[in-house]
Amino acid sequence: MSHTDPAPVLTVEGLRKSFGDNEVLRSIDLSVTSGGVVALVGPSGSGKTTVLRSLNGLEIPDAGRITFDGGPVVNFGSGAAKRELAALRDRSAMVFQHYNLFPHKTVLENVIEGPVQVQRRPKADAVRDAEELLGRVGLAEKKDQYPHELSGGQQQRVGIVRALALRPTLLLFDEPTSALDPELVGEVLSVIKELADEGWTMVLVTHELAFAREVATEVVFMDGGVVVEHGPPETVLRNPREERTRRFVHRLLHPF
Amino acid sequence: MDIDWDLALTSLWPLIQGGLMGTIPLSLASMALGLVLALLVALMRLSSNKLASGIARAYVSVIRGTPLLVQLFVIFYGLPSIGLTIDPWPSAIIAFSLNVGGYAAEIIRAAILSVPRGQWEAGHTIGMSRTLALRRIILPQAARVSVPPLSNTFISLVKDSSLASLILVSELFRQAQEIAAFSQQFMLLYIEAAAVYWVICLVLSAGQSRLEKRLDRYVAH
Repeated sequence: MSHTDPAPVLTVEGLRKSFGDNEVLRSIDLSVTSGGVVALVGPSGSGKTTVLRSLNGLEIPDAGRITFDGGPVVNFGSGAAKRELAALRDRSAMVFQHYNLFPHKTVLENVIEGPVQVQRRPKADAVRDAEELLGRVGLAEKKDQYPHELSGGQQQRVGIVRALALRPTLLLFDEPTSALDPELVGEVLSVIKELADEGWTMVLVTHELAFAREVATEVVFMDGGVVVEHGPPETVLRNPREERTRRFVHRLLHPF
Repeated sequence: MDIDWDLALTSLWPLIQGGLMGTIPLSLASMALGLVLALLVALMRLSSNKLASGIARAYVSVIRGTPLLVQLFVIFYGLPSIGLTIDPWPSAIIAFSLNVGGYAAEIIRAAILSVPRGQWEAGHTIGMSRTLALRRIILPQAARVSVPPLSNTFISLVKDSSLASLILVSELFRQAQEIAAFSQQFMLLYIEAAAVYWVICLVLSAGQSRLEKRLDRYVAH
């Protein structure tokens, strides 16, 4: 067996972003290998969501570079063109904190919208794929219902299927369980865990440290717009090198 | 006052005809053209292009800041003096469409803004361009929000279309005026005209409720 690291699927270099006077990212570097699961953790306002959103072209950094293996290579700062943002979105798909399902479309229509309208796949194929994916997350019989008829956990599972149906290289999760009632968190986390086990490459922003420890191949701790430390979850979450990381982990594990 | 029931009955059909051949087609045509114009103006106002949004803003301001009757007179009686003569019917349709365009543009703009930003982002994350997201994701949701205020605009338009009688369009009110002048039964004819307008608006309100129910199927109650 080879022990050389696989080539990164995604490389992020020197990402910077300010909102007005507020510098939220101060040169972020990151890389994700194929099948890797990177958990971005850190206090709110640390910039982790901005990093995630930049990977999907939902936020435009002021400077830096995002490179996908096989393209695109997007350089920010010189005014990233719409075409380049679209190219980023061809490679990645986002699962949102508040699901952001299309309320005027049924579950099935939500899932096939991208494949049919954007990727121009034959509708019959897209429907077959969507039904198969919905079946895998236990929502086959909900396909003709509207989002408001589903629980939060079910809606988020649809959100995940909608992202999967695009067949992206990279799945992005923005605090996928933090809008959910506590008893619904488990059903969503177990779907994400299955995807990780199947070898999907993903980046997730999460406050669920126990979950990060279980599924992540790498944990990146951010604070104040910089990566404070990163490494395997056992190291970053159990024996952090940095004081800031230690304090953060301690606060989450012992809130009282 | 004695009511001339014979006249009430014989004048009813001409009034209904005025509604069917005048008021209703005039209103429908103006509403349809006005909505197309309104969507265009709303998108211009929302555009980041300063010139486009400036033009749209000025247009809305002029339409909302001047009486419909004056707009109608400028087109029908004013334009001929610069060599542009337009027949009564097209004059009325132009004036009413421009008017609807101004009012409905603000309704549509507000409806588009009422759709949460997350919906745009969800559209983008599945690879949609702005135009595609607007068409497939945003406008269908904005439509639901704008049905009640746009219905009000339409009902106002039906009533305001009586102004067209002043540029000789033979719509409902014009018919009433002619019969009233001939018979000298002003009270009877104008009350009768009011009743016909009211019935038209009742039918429209019922249509509005049905449309809202249909669009409501995806909204939580």
